[in-house]
Amino acid sequence: MTDLSHIRNFAIIAHIDHGKSTLADRLIQRCGGIEDREMREQILDSMDIERERGITIKAQTVRLSYVAKDGRTYQLNLMDTPGHVDFAYEVSRSLAACEGSLLVVDASQGVEAQTLANVYQALENNHEIVPVLNKIDLPAAEPDRVRQQIEDVIGLDASDAVMISAKTGIGIDEVLEALVARLPPPAGDTEAPLKALLVDSWYDPYLGVIILVRVKDGVLRKGQKIRMMATGATYQVDAVGYFTPKMVQVDALRPGEMGFLTASIKAVADCSVGDTITEDRRPAATPLPGFKPSVPVVFCGLFPIDAADYEDLRDSLAKLRLNDASFHYEPETSAALGFGFRCGFLGLLHLEIIQERLEREFNLDLITTAPSVVYRVHLTSGEVLELHNPADMPDPVRIARIEEPWIKATIMVPDEYLGPVLGLCTERRGIQLDLTYAGNRAMVVYRLPLNEIVFDFYDRLKSISRGYASFDYEMDGYVESDLVKVSILVNAEPVDALAFITHRANAESRGRAICARLKDLIPRQMFQIAIQAAIGGRVVARETISALRKDVTAKCYGGDITRKRKLLEKQKEGKKRMRQFGKVEIPQSAFLAALKMGDG
Amino acid sequence: MSAFGIYVHWPFCLSKCPYCDFNSHVAEAVDQDRWRAALVAELDHFAHETKGRTVGSVFFGGGTPSLMAPATVAAVVDRIARLWTLDDSAEITLEANPGSVDSARFAGLRAAGINRVSLGVQALNDGDLRFLGRRHDLGEALAAIDLARRTFPRMSFDLIYARPGQTAAAWEAELRRAIALAADHLSLYQLTIEEGTAFFAAHARGDFALPDEDAAAELYAATQAVTDAAGLPGYEISNHARPGAECRHNLLYWRGGDYVGVGPGAHGRLTVDGAVWALRQHRAPARWLEAVGRLGHGTHERTRLDPDERAEELLMMGLRLAEGVAADRFRRRAGRPLDEVLDRRGLARLEEGGFVVWDGRRLAVTGRGRPLLDAVLAELLA
Repeated sequence: MTDLSHIRNFAIIAHIDHGKSTLADRLIQRCGGIEDREMREQILDSMDIERERGITIKAQTVRLSYVAKDGRTYQLNLMDTPGHVDFAYEVSRSLAACEGSLLVVDASQGVEAQTLANVYQALENNHEIVPVLNKIDLPAAEPDRVRQQIEDVIGLDASDAVMISAKTGIGIDEVLEALVARLPPPAGDTEAPLKALLVDSWYDPYLGVIILVRVKDGVLRKGQKIRMMATGATYQVDAVGYFTPKMVQVDALRPGEMGFLTASIKAVADCSVGDTITEDRRPAATPLPGFKPSVPVVFCGLFPIDAADYEDLRDSLAKLRLNDASFHYEPETSAALGFGFRCGFLGLLHLEIIQERLEREFNLDLITTAPSVVYRVHLTSGEVLELHNPADMPDPVRIARIEEPWIKATIMVPDEYLGPVLGLCTERRGIQLDLTYAGNRAMVVYRLPLNEIVFDFYDRLKSISRGYASFDYEMDGYVESDLVKVSILVNAEPVDALAFITHRANAESRGRAICARLKDLIPRQMFQIAIQAAIGGRVVARETISALRKDVTAKCYGGDITRKRKLLEKQKEGKKRMRQFGKVEIPQSAFLAALKMGDG
Repeated sequence: MSAFGIYVHWPFCLSKCPYCDFNSHVAEAVDQDRWRAALVAELDHFAHETKGRTVGSVFFGGGTPSLMAPATVAAVVDRIARLWTLDDSAEITLEANPGSVDSARFAGLRAAGINRVSLGVQALNDGDLRFLGRRHDLGEALAAIDLARRTFPRMSFDLIYARPGQTAAAWEAELRRAIALAADHLSLYQLTIEEGTAFFAAHARGDFALPDEDAAAELYAATQAVTDAAGLPGYEISNHARPGAECRHNLLYWRGGDYVGVGPGAHGRLTVDGAVWALRQHRAPARWLEAVGRLGHGTHERTRLDPDERAEELLMMGLRLAEGVAADRFRRRAGRPLDEVLDRRGLARLEEGGFVVWDGRRLAVTGRGRPLLDAVLAELLA
């Protein structure tokens, strides 16, 4: 075995806003990874969306050089991880590349739902965990209470938690010392055949695909011919190096080290995350234990508002997919919305981020249909369908039974909001598994159908707890359920984009809500419009929009002609965005607004 | 060449009415000589392109053209007669306000050649006149109507209805009184709130509320019923006349005829060698005056209308008339058959719903379709 005692690999795990990125910024500054003048907030979050929302989406690594109190210089490799449940998959693979974690908890807020989820993942990866209480300079900080909470809720010894203020820099040296003293160094053998874990990859327009690796055994060198053990593909390594966070090229990466490689790889899809990279000439006998692939759990349709943008949308999706292999899409056609794509995501945040990036980075105006989960439809023929789109629901007579995905949700909420939160979970068909108190905060664990979460659970949870509840979940299997497809009909013609699948008990009330909403959104027309919600052939809700009675320009003389003609032409242009339903034409904007209001 | 008319715009008012979005300006004093010279210069300019045509109608609009010095009006009418052929039976209309300042000029205006006035009465009660920001009261309105009837061969007046809080019964009574006062023509407009007016801001603030769509539809229906019964049916969306007393100049607009527009912001439509041009003069009075002084005309925009635009205008204007659009006339003016322009599915739906009638020779909007004309047009022109 090679002596790796000067290396520490660590991740920072925290609930959103507890100060993960600020702590990373301070550590980088303290170790001179970047000049003060180059420093900016959230230095590791390069995407605009990451900065604005204060979240990390892609993993990043930084090598820090730290001279410890014992006089030795340590190589500290920081793996920055996404915190959100949608990216749990990325969290787990980032954690797999490290031996320990800093658990950052806001000393004024305490343990939150994401804190727990991340800690459990770190423990699964056999991490040494160093608790860090942040924001101790705030007047509202209660370090003793939070320390107790960490012990009660998580079961970690927090007696030697490091007290810091990442904002002001208090305690940063203590964090670095704790890393050196309390985290184990990595193990590995320089002489063994190369084994490097493919942690992540992304596409850089100048360099091609950049692969993030953690070397376990052997040496990864520039010029080496490598082989991907899962795919068998081979590449010549163009460059290897590490981030400070600036890119620094070196000749080799050795056991225990983290860094990057480039090898003229065209597409991210060619680099399956979790794969083991070995040397082509002298391959390792067995690969490292990989990760199970990430599977999209939420689907929705994305349609361009302007049909002319379809090609642009397709190209943009392809570009995003280059960097995000967890995101899936395929063409979809809707009578109400035209040509678009059915897209699969890891969760609602993932969906929102992709949608926002398409609109922002690619300048596309999009319609998003209501998110749907993946149902397992067992047909009477014995066949099983994975249903991503309510529009594809088979005829009920062919269906033997339907299963829907469930989740295990952890919700942390201050005492006074517990009642409404329990009410919400019950209303959403939840089954309580656990309820514990830590101080004045309650932690409830529920099993819930995912279907009920994508509907508008987040918004409702936030509003009933005034923003104080935190929420996290993991997938928890499939359960058979009494599910029905509710169709929305306008003048007896179904609007495919508005169809949804729900539990029979909720079908009528949700159908009624959408009908009422559409009644407000669809302008009166020359003919009466009937809006109905139906399960199969049975109408469960109906609204009527009475016919327009007056719409005429009172005055129109010689001086008005040009202006009125232009108005008429604009109206004609607008008609191109209208969708015909029997005798009436419905503006696409009405569907758009109906879908917007239904967002989760 | 068919009917041809001239529009003269006088952009000045004593005060701006809160509902008005026309090109009107409040000016203390107007240099009548300079304006007379400029209007005449523009007439000269347009005469070159329209030589030999017979003027069937002249319309002085505004603003408040009854504030023009009769001599200015006379100079314009005389120039028109010199530059073109002015038919003996030509209709020469001037818009007038009922205030005493304006009425004092009636005799002079008649002498200048005006043979029809259109009075901006707007309401027959003092409360609503104040709400509408008018300078006159009911007494002055009645006096002006009486004087106009005695001075001019033809007269009409305007009323604005669907005012805040107005009931159908109150409006019907007011309308019957108006019919008794009017000779043979009335313009009856529903109050609409236009952007950029004082009412727009006040309405947005919630200072007053207009009748809702259903109430407005009922008021419109009541208007048709009362005028029909009195023998002044609506020959256009907002215009009512005894048969034969229609405003010839306005018919020109609705039937898609040619007209020259002089004065600030005036529009024109001219057919020259088969091409139809849309013209617009500079809107700001000072700018227009300056341009006319320099170039002999104040044309700001001159656009050739393409066949689609021409067809849209003919339908949009023609369907305002009860007579509708005749297929043969449409073909002559638009250069293409009417049924080629119409959206077949839309037409079928409208016929089925009883909103339009189309017999292959004439397309007309029915009484049921008329209050929905804008929606009808959108259906027809898909």
